[in-house]
Amino acid sequence: MLTETHKNITYTPVVKTEEMILNMGPQHPSTHGVLRLELQLEGEIITKVIPHIGYLHRCFEKHCEAMTYPQVIPYTDRMDYLASMGNELGYVVAVERLLNIQVPERVEYIRVIMAELQRIASHLVALGTYGADIGAMTPFLFCFRDREMILSLFEMTCGARLLYNYIWVGGLSHDLHPDFVRQTRDFCNYFKPKIKELNDLLTYNKIFIDRTAHVGILPLDTAINFGISGPMLRGSGMKWDLRKDDPYSVYHKFDFDIPVGEGKVGTVGDCWDRYYVRVLEMVESLKIIEQALDQLPEGDVMSAIPKRIKPPVGQIYTRIENPRGELGYFIISDGSVNPFRVKARAPSFVNLGVMDVLCRGHMVADIIAILGSVDIVLGEVDR
Amino acid sequence: MKSPEEIFKILKDKFGESIIELKSGVPVESYIVVDPMKIDEVCLFLKDEPELKFDNCMNLSGVDDANGKKEAQTDGSSVIIGGTLSVVYHLESVYLKHKLTLKVAAPRENPQVKSVANIWRSADWNEREAYDLYGINFMNHPDLRRILMPYDWEAGYPLRKDYKNPEFYQGMKVPY
Repeated sequence: MLTETHKNITYTPVVKTEEMILNMGPQHPSTHGVLRLELQLEGEIITKVIPHIGYLHRCFEKHCEAMTYPQVIPYTDRMDYLASMGNELGYVVAVERLLNIQVPERVEYIRVIMAELQRIASHLVALGTYGADIGAMTPFLFCFRDREMILSLFEMTCGARLLYNYIWVGGLSHDLHPDFVRQTRDFCNYFKPKIKELNDLLTYNKIFIDRTAHVGILPLDTAINFGISGPMLRGSGMKWDLRKDDPYSVYHKFDFDIPVGEGKVGTVGDCWDRYYVRVLEMVESLKIIEQALDQLPEGDVMSAIPKRIKPPVGQIYTRIENPRGELGYFIISDGSVNPFRVKARAPSFVNLGVMDVLCRGHMVADIIAILGSVDIVLGEVDR
Repeated sequence: MKSPEEIFKILKDKFGESIIELKSGVPVESYIVVDPMKIDEVCLFLKDEPELKFDNCMNLSGVDDANGKKEAQTDGSSVIIGGTLSVVYHLESVYLKHKLTLKVAAPRENPQVKSVANIWRSADWNEREAYDLYGINFMNHPDLRRILMPYDWEAGYPLRKDYKNPEFYQGMKVPY
C-alpha cells in the first residue's frame, strides 16, 4: 500500500551523465616532464583536451638578446635536451648563412655524423619510453643500454654526455678523438642487429599493436594545416624530410631513404605508424653515418671560426630536420654582436598543438599512447 | 615555384594599397610588408590560390622593432614610446616548394593584427605566444590566452625591449 509520500516520488528512467573535467599532470610520469592536460570527459570518452604548458618557461629568447652569438649555443642545448647536437646545428647553420661563411668539408662531415648519432640516441629514448608508458618495461632498458654507447662516443669527443656546446659557428670545439672512427664503426655493427631485437620485442608485439594501431589517427591534410613536421608528418604518409627537401650541411652527398607510414598493421597515420617511422629512421641514420665515416676528409676543424662574429643587418629563417621535426631559427641581426631577436620554432611546441584533434573520441588510456607517439620534450615546448 | 618578386606582383594587382612594399637584398631575406588589418585576407588568398598554395605556416613570430623614442626613467631603465611591434610570417608551400616571408607592423601603443589562426591552425599557438610575450592583440583569434607565462602574470610583456622585471610576484620578492 503506497502512502501519500510515496505517491509524490517521481522516477525518471534516464541515467544522468555529467561532463567531468580531469587534470592530467603537471606531475605525471607519462607526460615526460611538466605538462598539464585538461581533459573534458564524457564517461570514459574524451571530448576535449586543453594542453597547459609553460611550466618550464625560462625565457630562452630573452636571454639570447643579452648574449653574443657564440654564447647562445649552450642555451640552445637546453631546449631539446635529448637532441642537443641538432639544436646547435640549427642555430649554427642559421648564423653561418647570415654571416655567409663557408666551413671546411671535414667540419660538415663531423656535424652530420654527430647529428645522426644524436638522432639515433633521441629516437631510442622516444621508443623506449613509449614502450614503458604503455607497459613494456624491457625495451626501455634495452634502448637505454644502446643509447649509453652513443653518449660515450659524445663524451669521448667533447667531454659532455648531454649538453655539448660542441658545434661552433664556423667550426667545432674539438677535433675527433683518434679512436672515434673505429669505435663508431663498432657501434654501427653492434647496433644493426639490435633493431631486429627491438622489432621482435616491441614493434610486432601483439599487445603493443593492440594499444597503438588505429589509435590517434592524424590525416595528412590536418597534419599539414597544423604545421606538423618530422616523424609525425612522415607517419601520416608524406615523404617530407628537410634533409632532402631543403638541404643543409652536406646531406646531399649521402644516399638514404625517407621512411613513411604505410598503415602496416592499422591505419595510415596512427600511433603505430609514427612509432615505426622512428624505428626505420634509425636504420637510415646508420646508413648516413657509415657513408660519412667512409668519406671523412682530413683537415682542421678550427680554421674557419671567425674572430669576431658580427653579422650584417638582416634577418634569416633557417630550419633543419631535428629528431622531432622541423627546428627553425628566426634570427634578426641589427649589426651588433648581440642578436636583436632569436625565435626558435620548436617542433615539439607545434606538434603538441594537434593533441586535441588526435585525442577526441578516444578513451582516457589512449592519451598515454597518443602523447608518447607525439614525442614531446618539454624543455623545447616551453623554451 | 614562384619568386617573392612574382608573388609581390600578384598580390599588388589583387590587393593594391594593402600590400605596402617588398624588401629584398642579401643577406636580408626578402619580405613583403602588409597592412595588419588586411593580413587575414591576404593569407587566405595565398593559401587558396592554385598557383601559390601556401599550405603551411612554418613560423610566426612577434618582433619588437624598438624604433620608437627612448625615454630614460629615474631608476635607470628606459621606456620606448611610439614605434611599432611586428609580426613575421614564414609561409611555405609543401607541394609547390616555394617560400614567402610576410611582415606586418602595428603601432606599439595599440598593436592590433588580424589573426590567421583560422587559416593555418599552426598559427594558433604561435599567435598566443606573440600575444603572451609581446602583447600583440590578434583580432578574431579563437582562444587568445597566455600560453608560456603564468595566467596571473601582470608585470607586462617580457620580450618587449623595455620590459622591466617586477619587484614582487604573488607577494614574493623578485629576485628572491
